[in-house]
Amino acid sequence: MPRRDDLSSVLVLGSGPIQIGQACEFDYSGTQACKVLREEGLRVVLVNSNPATIMTDPDFADATYVEPLTCASVAAIIERERPDALLATLGGQTALNLAIELSEAGVLDRFGVEVLGANLEAIRTAEDRLRFRDAMDEIGLESARSAYVRSEPEAQQAAKEYGFPVVLRPSFTLGGKGGGIAYTAEELTRMIRQGLADSPVHEVLIEESLLGWKEFELEVMRDRADNAVVVCSIENLDPMGVHTGDSITVAPAMTLSDPEYQRMRDASFAVLRRIGVETGGSNVQFAVDPKTGRQIVIEMNPRVSRSSALASKATGFPIAKIAARLAIGYTLDEIANDITRETRAAFEPSIDYVVVKIPRFTFEKFSGTDDTLTTRMKSVGEVMAIGATFTEAFNKAIRSLEEGRFGFGDRESEDIDDGTLEERLVRPTAERVDALDEALRRGWSVDRVHELTGIDPWFLDQLEQLVERRRQVEACGALDAVDDDLLWAAKADGFSDVQLARVLGTDEAAVRARRRASGIEPVFKTVDTCAAEFEAYTPYHYSTYAHEDEVRDSDRRKVLVLGSGPNRIGQGVEFDYCCVHAVLALRDAGYETIMVNCNPETVSTDYDTADRLYFEPLTLEDVLEVCRRERPDGVLVQLGGQTPLKLARDLEEAGVPIWGTSPDAIDAAEDRGRFAALMETLDVAMPPGGMATSVEEARGVADRIGYPVLVRPSYVLGGRAMQIVYDDTALEGYLREAAAANPRQPILIDRFLEGAIELDVDAVFDGTELFVGGVLEHIEEAGVHSGDSACTIPPFTLGRAQQRHVRDVTRGIAAGLGVRGLINVQFAVKDETLWCIEANPRASRTVPFTSKATGTPLAKVAARVMAGSSLADLRAEGMVPGLDMVDGPQTAHIAVKEAVLPFDRFPGVDTLLGPEMRSTGEVMGIDLDFGAAFAKSQVGTGSMVLPTSGTVFVSVANRDKRAIVFPVKRLVDLGFSLVATQGTAEVLQRASIPTAVVGKVSDGETDLIDQIESGAIDLVLNTPFGSRTRGDGYAIRQAAVGNGVPCITTLAGILAAVHGIEALRAGTGTVRTLQEYQSEFRDTVRRAIEMDGA
Amino acid sequence: MTDALFVLEDGTHARGTSIGAPGTVFGEAVFNTGMTGYQEVLTDPSYRRQIVLMTAAHIGNYGMNAADAESDAIQVSGFVVRSAARRPSSWRAEASLVDALRDEGIVSIEGIDTRRITRHLRDRGAMRAALSTEVLDVDELVAQVLDSPGMEGQELASEVSTRAAYVVPPVGERTRRIALVDHGTKRSIARCLAELGAEVHVLPGSSSADDVLGVEPDGVLLSNGPGDPSTVATGIATTRELLGRVPVFGICLGSQLLGHALGARTHKLTFGHRGINQPVLRRSDGRVEITSHNHGFAVDPTTLGEQLDEHTFDTAHGRVSVSHVNLNDGVCEGLRAHDVPAFSVQYHPEAAPGPLDARHLFADFFDLIDAGSGGTN
Ligand SMILES: Nc1ncnc2c1ncn2[C@@H]1O[C@H](COP(=O)(O)OP(=O)(O)O)[C@@H](O)[C@H]1O
Ligand SMILES: Nc1ncnc2c1ncn2[C@@H]1O[C@H](COP(=O)(O)OP(=O)(O)O)[C@@H](O)[C@H]1O
Ligand SMILES: [Mg+2]
Ligand SMILES: [Mg+2]
Repeated sequence: MPRRDDLSSVLVLGSGPIQIGQACEFDYSGTQACKVLREEGLRVVLVNSNPATIMTDPDFADATYVEPLTCASVAAIIERERPDALLATLGGQTALNLAIELSEAGVLDRFGVEVLGANLEAIRTAEDRLRFRDAMDEIGLESARSAYVRSEPEAQQAAKEYGFPVVLRPSFTLGGKGGGIAYTAEELTRMIRQGLADSPVHEVLIEESLLGWKEFELEVMRDRADNAVVVCSIENLDPMGVHTGDSITVAPAMTLSDPEYQRMRDASFAVLRRIGVETGGSNVQFAVDPKTGRQIVIEMNPRVSRSSALASKATGFPIAKIAARLAIGYTLDEIANDITRETRAAFEPSIDYVVVKIPRFTFEKFSGTDDTLTTRMKSVGEVMAIGATFTEAFNKAIRSLEEGRFGFGDRESEDIDDGTLEERLVRPTAERVDALDEALRRGWSVDRVHELTGIDPWFLDQLEQLVERRRQVEACGALDAVDDDLLWAAKADGFSDVQLARVLGTDEAAVRARRRASGIEPVFKTVDTCAAEFEAYTPYHYSTYAHEDEVRDSDRRKVLVLGSGPNRIGQGVEFDYCCVHAVLALRDAGYETIMVNCNPETVSTDYDTADRLYFEPLTLEDVLEVCRRERPDGVLVQLGGQTPLKLARDLEEAGVPIWGTSPDAIDAAEDRGRFAALMETLDVAMPPGGMATSVEEARGVADRIGYPVLVRPSYVLGGRAMQIVYDDTALEGYLREAAAANPRQPILIDRFLEGAIELDVDAVFDGTELFVGGVLEHIEEAGVHSGDSACTIPPFTLGRAQQRHVRDVTRGIAAGLGVRGLINVQFAVKDETLWCIEANPRASRTVPFTSKATGTPLAKVAARVMAGSSLADLRAEGMVPGLDMVDGPQTAHIAVKEAVLPFDRFPGVDTLLGPEMRSTGEVMGIDLDFGAAFAKSQVGTGSMVLPTSGTVFVSVANRDKRAIVFPVKRLVDLGFSLVATQGTAEVLQRASIPTAVVGKVSDGETDLIDQIESGAIDLVLNTPFGSRTRGDGYAIRQAAVGNGVPCITTLAGILAAVHGIEALRAGTGTVRTLQEYQSEFRDTVRRAIEMDGA
Repeated sequence: MTDALFVLEDGTHARGTSIGAPGTVFGEAVFNTGMTGYQEVLTDPSYRRQIVLMTAAHIGNYGMNAADAESDAIQVSGFVVRSAARRPSSWRAEASLVDALRDEGIVSIEGIDTRRITRHLRDRGAMRAALSTEVLDVDELVAQVLDSPGMEGQELASEVSTRAAYVVPPVGERTRRIALVDHGTKRSIARCLAELGAEVHVLPGSSSADDVLGVEPDGVLLSNGPGDPSTVATGIATTRELLGRVPVFGICLGSQLLGHALGARTHKLTFGHRGINQPVLRRSDGRVEITSHNHGFAVDPTTLGEQLDEHTFDTAHGRVSVSHVNLNDGVCEGLRAHDVPAFSVQYHPEAAPGPLDARHLFADFFDLIDAGSGGTN
């Protein structure tokens, strides 16, 4: 069946901000969909509140709305655009839920918008666990037995029926709050009370436990002719009980015999047909009893998912792209397989390698939360690795994580007793892989470890083989005692040069030299969907130790772009955006582009983004091997965040040509000493500070610079373990708990600039000229990590003169460092002084936001500059505007970036913002006035939605009491009623603002918490009381987050919120496309230049 | 560490580790792209005189078990894999792959860059090969390969066919009687028929039409089997005589025999179809089925007779259409006669290993029977 001719425009829903469980895989799928739909001549209207995505680039859709993904705003967009159809299956759960809301609100009917792919009935059946179970019963498939209970007896009854343990899933709670697994009747009694209390509807789903069963997932596609194929089978190394998203997963499935696999395959088709996925991709999850092979359907997602992104990268079969084609009417047999060209999409990929995915966690940033891996996903990112065998892929995946391990067992044995070790094996955490190594090292049998972990013996045997291999190498004692056969075998098992060096007490370079001397070097093979049955035309490669290399040589000028690796807090999709832009820009400039990255969620690892894709770990060894094979003319290290930056120097030493800012200049910016010296000479102020290797020294420094001070360990990046300290006792406390200072690992102490305005500047320097892409003014004061604070373009309080000063200082720093390309400088403005906090000689988190807000593609500009163009050249090409916003006109619109924090996933963690970054993603609110833009940014976060009426609870620190009066008065004028704690209430009452008083939680008064939980409070304004964070404030903030009540913890945030609420009440918000905002601004600038000229 | 050698007639070779029996074996080198089902492949008689290379990285993970065997012995002459499981893991496992290979005397090798060999066979076509744990000198082993026979012109079906007839009882009440002419049949073909209530009379491949009709079958199924179809003279003659007298269903080699019986010729494919992900387009309704394949030869439809329309030809037995084609390379994957009750598929509706998408063909066969006889006996 050819494509439907009754469609001319399609509305595509994105997935919004990056959150745990919903990351950039949906930028990848959405971007593919947009590309395809436009190729098919359809008008694409896109809505996504996430500015850091490729899909929201104006070039990827005809009309791009960076607006909140809410029923109201999308309804307005539909009314304005009148699309024929809605495509919601590529935007994750967010898009699916929104589609349901839109139809229930009657919007789709009113404007005659058809839903493509999975219909709403299908989505509902898949989402509702009981309806799903009934559907499965109908088609004779088993699903876990479960029942909704509303009382303890009911729960015990269900448990009796299923037998312990049972899984509890309270309805409608965030972060799996109140959920868990009960092993005994007593536990159940305790947990069900909690669960029922936590559930707003006093309902808990009790489910038969399948803990320890094997978990599988099939990625399936179906077309409207009812052809169905399995794209990929995935087996979890972690058994049931660890969320798939948190599990180490392997493709293809390793331990299913053909009859079992075929049964699962047919079952997955039956599920799609019953649920009613007419066209597109879905995944179906299964649990398999290792003792009997009994198969149970866990769930299905009637949409593309994180695992379909993984499956696409693992097989070369672009699920999202094909799903989009199916949605507009094609059938699988009509769609060509771009990799083989001659074959079609109606087939099942066969892979002749092994793919391993390992998630990355960030528990260290969320102290106070339980780090057990459970049925709720907690990981923030993932890596994928490809190898000829499981062991090779597994080792490559471990070193891709960038967590200091360069392979399985790359660690010192721990002296913990067997009991402790057993506990670590029984209770899965992010460290479980180390525990496995420890156990196998101790000679524990595969069976014993299997008993404790539930991990399939086949996998454990593979790991045991790695332990044995390491022993063989260790036994050689020295590098030159290792013969070629053993060295080859170790490399084929995926051992890195670093790990071998550590085992043999030498260094990485020596191992590499030894390898090269014997010609032991990897070859590069191709991901081709068909196990080499047909010739492949797409250069999508992975390294392995084998005997044939498949890379086609080319004599074009080549530039290699290093990616940013796994998403983590502090380094996410923003950097992938920059990498992709660099690739696109240099491709247009006629270079052959080569991408190296190991994050399966990303657009950069889509095989048709760069001319050549190497799916490899971003370690020195792996990058050098790619360079050895490709001999690029230049390598870009500025776009992938810290990951490639850290490699710059070693790459250069190995003779790799680094384009742009030199590794030495990078070092000058990263090394505190060198940087401080430079600031000295430029006489740019920096917060006074010092280093300390002991408590005494620390006290000394603090006395010299004066409290409050900002302390952090010198050896961790990304603002980790940073704290603001107000006095000696707190300082000692920090040294005791957070970072035991010692000569090897000193701590850094800086004067903390209290109440300072923080700025971010994103600029490009070509050696003579500096172009300021944007000066971003933060809403929260310095002290809240730049990544966690909201910020605006144009700056809302900074005057032109100040902006000029900022630009001049930035230029001085860029020139002083010797930057070629991007630079990001963070400043703090306090009593007329401009303090430099740090300079990053690379793309920053805010580059995509700045580019979207202003229309100047900074990353593209930077890439061209690194490749040798001057800003003047690029201005001539029209890529850079004739005036920057410092001298020229400012945008008529205001763009606000707001951070999205994952607190709902980590119950118990204090939600106070601080110098340590904890946000996972961001949203952008854009409109013609600050209030409306800010309000949109809050709505966009989903958790900070501002109320327009109701009751506000206020409790602020003494230093904020005066400042709070006016904003709160304004809220009362707007019709809000107030509740406050004694101290705050008195201040307000003196200003004759009617305020109800509630008792302090610490005085045993639970009234307030009850009010929050019962939904009587619509907004919480709570600024911290000095350092007493675990006091009342903590309990209040927990209650707020736990019940989805927006909670603002900074004065600046409160002031902005009031503006936002005013705007919401006045309804001044408008919906317009990014294209409109940007072209309007371009015209303004053009006119301004003409005026100058005239 | 390497103690086994694998060579192709053109001198391409690879050294690896022996995981099976000691010895030297010759055969046609072919690759199979299935990611599951190695045991079914090993025991499929159609792989006679072939050295089978698996493209999947890990083989043997779930061990071996009696239920999945397609015949009572391992049939391949040699087995080539990248990595063989040291420890199988499955509740179904009864033995490990390597033990089975050793016990049944199958020369086998691991530690091979299987993708390199596969690409080579894909580009140059299937060719003669040898696998040895004794002759480790390349030139010497290649020389021996060049003396060994190729697949073309080889009659192997009789080697693997049953000598004596036997009966597979129906599952449940008997609904039909089917004669299964065994040219090297896989067990699951009889199983699929029996599960539909057929009493299956398995007859030697050498059976004459009278032998076949002697069991008074409601229908005749021509089985799969090894070797060059053009050499299976009796099979072709028998089939020709049966046409029009009893409904005929051919599978794989059986399909090629039907082709010959209808007057067509078969030709050798460059490297054949061996795997479980082959998309086959059913021309009647345009539906695609993912099917299990194992064939190196195929019917050349243009030799069926005068072409009546795009897919229909005029043969000695009336009009015959190409009912199925391979979506990848357009190869003829099925025939349907319009004027006599006969049809065939080049692939494996019984799967084992592979998708069950085409299982319905056995029921279709019974419908064809009913259409003719107007009921069961
Ligand atoms: N009945 C159960 N017993 C044990 N673990 C379970 C059970 N059901 C689900 N799980 C685990 O919880 C994870 C998440 O469950 P799932 O139903 O897939 O929800 P989600 O929508 O979050 O993916 C699964 O990957 C599985 O590991
Ligand atoms: N001296 C200081 N005074 C006030 N706030 C500071 C100071 N130094 C850092 N900060 C705050 O801490 C945050 C993180 O510090 P920064 O040096 O940028 O670390 P990172 O490398 O994590 O970006 C900054 O965004 C700023 O809000
Ligand atoms: Mg799931
Ligand atoms: Mg910073």
